[in-house]
Amino acid sequence: MSVANVSAHGVSAHDEHHDHEHKDSFITKYIFTQDHKMIGKQFLITGMFWALIGGFLSILFRIQLGFPEMNLEFLKPLLGGWITETGQLDPNFYLALVTMHGTIMVFFVLTAGLSGTFSNFLIPLQIGARDMASGFMNMLSYWFFFTSGVIMFISLFLERGPASGGWVVYPPLSALEQAMPGSGLGMTLWLISMTFFIASSLLGGINYITTVINLRTKGMSFSRLPLTIWAFFLTAVIGLLSFPVLFSAALLLVFDRSFGTSFYLSDIYIGGEALPNTGGSAVLYQHLFWFLGHPEVYIVLLPALGITSEVIATNSRKPIFGYKAMIISMLGITILSFVVWAHHMFVSGLNPFLGSIFMFLTLIIAVPSAVKVFNYLTTLWRGNLRFTTAMMFSIGLVSFFISGGLTGIFLGNSAIDIQLHDTYFVVAHFHLVMGSASFFGLMAGVYHWFPKMFGRMMDEKLGAIHFWLTFVGVYMVFFPMHYIGIAGFPRRYYSWSTYSFTDMYTDLNMFVSVAAFITFAAQFIFLFNFFYSMYRGRIASLNPWQSNTLEWTTPLHPKHGNWPGEIPSVYRWPYDYSKPGAKEDFIPQTIPLYATPESNLPHEEKLIKLEKEIIAEEEQVLVANEYKES
Amino acid sequence: MYGFLIAIGVVLLLSVIWMVYRIQSLISVAKGSDKKIETTSNKVNAFLFVVFLVGTFGLMTWYSIKEFSNYQLPIASVHGEVTDKLFWITMAVTGFIFILTHILLFWFPYKYQYKADRRAAYYPDNNKLEVIWTLVPAVVLALLVISGWRAWTDITDPAPDGAHQVELMGYQFAWEIRYPGKDDILGDFDYRLINASNSRGIDFSDQNSIDDFPSQSVVIPKGEPVIFKIRARDVLHSVFAPHMRLKMDAVPGMPTRFWFIPTKTTAEMRVELGDDEFEYEIACTEVCGSGHFSMRKVITVVEPEEYRKWYNDQKTFVDSNPSLVLDLPLDDKGLARTSNE
Repeated sequence: MSVANVSAHGVSAHDEHHDHEHKDSFITKYIFTQDHKMIGKQFLITGMFWALIGGFLSILFRIQLGFPEMNLEFLKPLLGGWITETGQLDPNFYLALVTMHGTIMVFFVLTAGLSGTFSNFLIPLQIGARDMASGFMNMLSYWFFFTSGVIMFISLFLERGPASGGWVVYPPLSALEQAMPGSGLGMTLWLISMTFFIASSLLGGINYITTVINLRTKGMSFSRLPLTIWAFFLTAVIGLLSFPVLFSAALLLVFDRSFGTSFYLSDIYIGGEALPNTGGSAVLYQHLFWFLGHPEVYIVLLPALGITSEVIATNSRKPIFGYKAMIISMLGITILSFVVWAHHMFVSGLNPFLGSIFMFLTLIIAVPSAVKVFNYLTTLWRGNLRFTTAMMFSIGLVSFFISGGLTGIFLGNSAIDIQLHDTYFVVAHFHLVMGSASFFGLMAGVYHWFPKMFGRMMDEKLGAIHFWLTFVGVYMVFFPMHYIGIAGFPRRYYSWSTYSFTDMYTDLNMFVSVAAFITFAAQFIFLFNFFYSMYRGRIASLNPWQSNTLEWTTPLHPKHGNWPGEIPSVYRWPYDYSKPGAKEDFIPQTIPLYATPESNLPHEEKLIKLEKEIIAEEEQVLVANEYKES
Repeated sequence: MYGFLIAIGVVLLLSVIWMVYRIQSLISVAKGSDKKIETTSNKVNAFLFVVFLVGTFGLMTWYSIKEFSNYQLPIASVHGEVTDKLFWITMAVTGFIFILTHILLFWFPYKYQYKADRRAAYYPDNNKLEVIWTLVPAVVLALLVISGWRAWTDITDPAPDGAHQVELMGYQFAWEIRYPGKDDILGDFDYRLINASNSRGIDFSDQNSIDDFPSQSVVIPKGEPVIFKIRARDVLHSVFAPHMRLKMDAVPGMPTRFWFIPTKTTAEMRVELGDDEFEYEIACTEVCGSGHFSMRKVITVVEPEEYRKWYNDQKTFVDSNPSLVLDLPLDDKGLARTSNE
């Protein structure tokens, strides 16, 4: 009885399995696929497309903010009527740009692109499952997302422009067509698109939860799940509980817009007439929106933190420090994320007493976040660090998480928030802690799992250049915004020259814009690296990062079903790196404890008996299967 | 022509980069260094983290000191002193943690970079450490939150009796200002009464409206409590007076308020800043449409005696436009006259 014996079984089963494989057509393999790996790639490519669009929109408004005097005639072929006769950007279009940038980045890139990609790709591979619980629902989830994207994309080309009331689309501005051009058809399409998006998220989320609970391989208890899976699981739970509330908020907004109800509207005189609506509350919408909106921050952040945990542990050649504390922190964040939403509304006219409650709850959520940071630092401490591109992006993520997280302590304090609310300080805060941190998690994930996705390696040198340009660039863009914010510059402003208190920092705004252009340009290095390596990169080895998790036990190009033979069983947690006594500095989860007597800890010796029973049981199953097949 | 030359230049540049990239990857394959882990680039990247740490901290420190007087707006209200103090206390606490964690985060990569002959420590947990760094942040945060909460309750307490009232109404894209007049009571309003001559929808059948008067700018006395009564006519707006450290949304259908005590007159602030043109300003901070960035209003803070004089000199709505009360029932008009005399 040895390891070699077990794997020999695997090989023989492999051959038999091959005979049953049937060829997929192009459509069932690449388009309406039900293979979680291909769906993950679909989410990734679509997310990258949207990241380019969203990034490009931000370049357009950074031109306006950094170079307000510039003649923009040269953009006329692209933007047409949105460039005025004097060569200036139309103020309405400026608002449309910031709105679409926010919507696209938060929902399409960092929710679908991050969670959609890696939950789909990694959950079955890391827990040892053939596929998601429902491949069909998974496919629907992508195509709902795709439809939602098509609708949003169309809205960019409307004559009156896309939705422009900020990504939060507060009524009455978003409810009344008279209030701004973007509140017409553009807003209608926004609502339809978001409806599809919510449906997509729910279909995906239900699937992720079900899969994690039901389809774990033998031995993969919850206490042996990689932190990535924990993060995806909790993210899906948050999404499942909060997205329906956004749906109801949107639905009531549809009623107010189209069917004359007054959920959010009251006492309005606009466009020379008094509207009949009374008794509604604009603040109600804000409550409903932020009941999703705040958990949404964690929906984009938790998967990034999960990926980082995995990447940092692997490349530090050390177990993640405080595995249990990490899980408890994530659970804490999950629960608390539902009870802090009104800190976005301290000066909305909210009852000040309610404000105090939310201030207390908000600052509590900083504690688990702090614990996570300290645990990352301790994982690096006395490690043996390999600076793969994924590792560097993960370290960058921790840096952003600290910088942006600490400014949250200012904003969560309602007394300080009075001054800082809706200034550039907030812009700096959330772009660092949720935007850039999650984006870096996404990048870390792509660089780390690219070999598993495409069987080839990305170029590490180009990766390093991409990382340093982006890391420095992001800080050069968002760090100066703290100064601008403390000086009181309000966000979503088309121009600063109206006020004397904001009639300064033209140099700093220009600097930020230039940094943004460079950072955006640097992303093309990544795009080149990604697509070039997909076809021409070096062929990857089976376990290029010498990692412990299950996905690296699959063949280089896993077919639908992931493992050719039996699904491997799991005998240990995923973080046995540099275990004293072991020959290598990593022990994959599939290596039984009895095979590593030299490195077992005292409490693990006791588990060996249990393990042997499991293996014996497995043998029986194998024999039974062979009997059935012959 | 220039465009053509630039295009050629760009193409050449790209092909040079491409060649360099191909050559270096072929060399690394030939040397077999792509299989090694302890490579030059591992060392370079480890070192760059330290360079980044030193470089950006230098930049941050230099800029923070150089620009202090620019980004630190002068404070002109009593509660502003409190919230700014809280801001800087929080800055000190978080700044300390920011610097400490970043030194560790960027120094560890250098110190513990990969060495083939070394092994990482197997150090999976330590409950004592976990408890410490759960409790310490919790206590520090509790202290910050309690001081913030006390400031917040003071600021949001009901205004003291006799606070001077000013009504600010936001609409696309400006503010309109109304004072309660001699009776110190703002008259009722109803959005259905809004028309060309009554842009605020003031209900002139309410006795209290008769002596209300408008103003081009917000004039308030120094050292006395002032309450802003805030409302909106069409969409959300937000009153932001940066020097007063004041912000409150204007919500259609739900009047809001914010009270404060100004501490410096406009004239005093002009002397202090050496800027003869200085004005306190109000901006809008809730996106409200194309003119969102241009809803400027000036606050003029004056000495209390000057304020009272100015207050008594103002002309009421009804005085400037008697037609406002023309269609009202007779006895209301009569009362209007007497209250004006």
